[in-house]
Amino acid sequence: MSEEINSPGYDIPPEMQAQVRITTLDKIYNWGRRSSIWPMMFGLACCAIEMICTAASRFDFARFGMEIMRPSPRQVDLMIVSGTVTKKMAPQIVRLYNQMPEPKYVIAMGACASGGGPFKEGYNVVAGIDRYIPVDVYIPGCPPTPQALLHGFIRLMEKIDKESISTSRWYRKEPIPAIPVPILGPDIFDPRQASAITAYTQEKLAKQTQAEQAPAEPAAAPEQA
Amino acid sequence: MEQTPTLTSTLETRFPEAVVRDERKGFSGYLVKPESLIEVATFIRDEMGYDYLSSVTGVDYLPEGKMEVVYHAYKSTGGSALVFKAQTPRDNPVVPSLVPLYPGADLQEREAWDLLGIRFEGHPDLRRILMWEGFEGHPLRKDWREAFFEEEGKPFKNRWPEGRAYRIEDKNLFGNNVDYPAGFNPENWTLDGEAALYGSVGQAVQPDGSLKTDAIIVNLGPQHPSTHGVFRMAARLDGETIVDLKPVMGYLHRNHEKIGERNTYLGNMPFTDRLDYLSSMSNNFGYALAVEKLMGIRPPERAEYIRVMMAELTRISNHLMAIGALMNDLGAYFTPMLYALEERELVLDIFEAVSGSRMMCNYFRFGGVARDLPEGILEKVRVLVYDRLPRKMEDLDVYITQSEIVRNRCEGVGVLTPEQAIALSMAGPVLRASGVPYDVRRADPYSIYDRFEFDVAVRYHGDIYDRYLIRMDEIRESCRILQQVVDTIPEGRIQEGKPQYQVRVPAGEAYGRVEGPKGELGFYVVSNGKPNPWRYHVRAPSFINLTGLGPMSIGNKIADVVAVLGSIDIVLGETDR
Repeated sequence: MSEEINSPGYDIPPEMQAQVRITTLDKIYNWGRRSSIWPMMFGLACCAIEMICTAASRFDFARFGMEIMRPSPRQVDLMIVSGTVTKKMAPQIVRLYNQMPEPKYVIAMGACASGGGPFKEGYNVVAGIDRYIPVDVYIPGCPPTPQALLHGFIRLMEKIDKESISTSRWYRKEPIPAIPVPILGPDIFDPRQASAITAYTQEKLAKQTQAEQAPAEPAAAPEQA
Repeated sequence: MEQTPTLTSTLETRFPEAVVRDERKGFSGYLVKPESLIEVATFIRDEMGYDYLSSVTGVDYLPEGKMEVVYHAYKSTGGSALVFKAQTPRDNPVVPSLVPLYPGADLQEREAWDLLGIRFEGHPDLRRILMWEGFEGHPLRKDWREAFFEEEGKPFKNRWPEGRAYRIEDKNLFGNNVDYPAGFNPENWTLDGEAALYGSVGQAVQPDGSLKTDAIIVNLGPQHPSTHGVFRMAARLDGETIVDLKPVMGYLHRNHEKIGERNTYLGNMPFTDRLDYLSSMSNNFGYALAVEKLMGIRPPERAEYIRVMMAELTRISNHLMAIGALMNDLGAYFTPMLYALEERELVLDIFEAVSGSRMMCNYFRFGGVARDLPEGILEKVRVLVYDRLPRKMEDLDVYITQSEIVRNRCEGVGVLTPEQAIALSMAGPVLRASGVPYDVRRADPYSIYDRFEFDVAVRYHGDIYDRYLIRMDEIRESCRILQQVVDTIPEGRIQEGKPQYQVRVPAGEAYGRVEGPKGELGFYVVSNGKPNPWRYHVRAPSFINLTGLGPMSIGNKIADVVAVLGSIDIVLGETDR
């Protein structure tokens, strides 16, 4: 520990070396945060089982400071999106993400959470959680082995190490806006896209009414694209 | 499926007007006119003795303009299936509901309504189940296409047009697999599904119009530590007592069946792994059996032994996990789970050595298995089943079975009588804990299970404690089977014929079922001779066992519901598919 954070580039007088440590605020701040990441107890699909295995005795991510998993989003730093994100579940995931306090991180575990995976074409499947919430680390695999998940944690720690307290978004004055929760309509939609969707559906409606009126006229042959 | 001649004649002679034999090539069973379905089904249940309705599903025969509802009924004393079907016009598919006769059809009929748009008249609560209320269309219909639709069947041709890859996202206006119906306006959309759900759990306003009531509605899930994934329950409480409870699923609905109907037969095998992801080998087994039935082949001796070995190892690892999770639900947070996971890792090591993957094994092939056992693995299994597991089971007995807290919380809670269990189409350990000795391995033997000596574990109280004990018993019985397997496994080939990527499957239907760790796992496959199945349906035990969650929970305290759910042992990948 000391080796890692105690290299600020200043010389410490020899008589004080046993008592005094000098480091930068960033280093001690990041070291504290990255050594006690609490993941959310939040499993979606098959990957969640490998996540449980990673938490259990053989792989044991408590070694990395992820001592406990918390079921409440209010008490966690890290959301591991472990499995296929369906359209029906996506609003809940965004809501959970909004409920997490800053600083917060997201790991997309496995092929499905990263990009839809084998179920990408499915009508109820979101092709990657990064369509709705920002993702910090992607872990490939279907499911990723516990070793791969641990590797992902280490990469996340490296990312945290590079952050700075002076530029962090969560200490700025202005509040961080929440991500709009997608809504389940005839298909899932993002409220921010409302005008684009209305334009699309109105055009579709116009085309349909046109097609319905067309057969009435004798000249209209079946359309060939 | 062969029927004994006396039975066929009874059904046909009794209802000459309403029942005809299904004469299509490769098909079997009876076609029943929808008008007299209730009458025929009553006869089938009460007089012919087929009291266990295992599977209800729909098939969309688009070219013929028909929808067909397929029922698989069994006798709870064993034997093969009685298949009966009701056909209805495609533009207005209506079939009478069988829920009054077989309450176990409840969730399955809702699923057929949701995905195929078949209306079941007389169903008490016909709402969508896997998709949300307000979703546009019925996605399993053959003319319904998702936004990311590429081609009717795999393998797709167009992944590399002119040597350049494109992403399907680029073709979609929104860059996502979404589509909206004409005239839809998101600004004034309101979601009405929740009101329907809470309305069906119980009215806040009493029938006489008075508002005075103590009942509150509590929602558990989909993000809840006790729900084993993304499952949700809506419960109506009177104080702390459950008055009504409805399961809500679909949060992991990954369109397994729609994708399966586009995949090639073999390409579907890895998808079955992801159904019940705790027991992928069993899922492979059921699917391989169904397709082998269609193809008319059987695997060679050694492959059969390997299959049984893998299926039983799966059962052990699944039950260990189930016990660990049940203890989690009871509040013994994670410590018993650690014991269970320790043993499960040993089984996973074997799977990894055999198939290359810990969880998603993709190991079975039509007419065999993917590769032979690697060197030394039999020895590992032998040590596990002769020495280590029996010892560990004794440990669990000491720690859990005799624990006073476990007994206090589990005994007499969530009781299901044998009659209820059969009527609700419960399967697997839940059914057997209620005193019904029904195990597909004995009741309708498949593969080579008839050669092994083992007992069907039965318990008679039907409570949570018995469901826990059943799983302990079954681990011991699985060890017994495995001991016989490792002692008698022959040398030889592991694949019938040449291994093929593209198998030729003749037209017809088949229903393959195995006794999975969670219960009867069935695969209903309809082939039309093309490289992709026409209909591919999974009779998922986790899904159908949830029919019993309400009846088991009503009258208990809210804290017990968590334990009842744990004792059913669901996996959401299979529940929602």
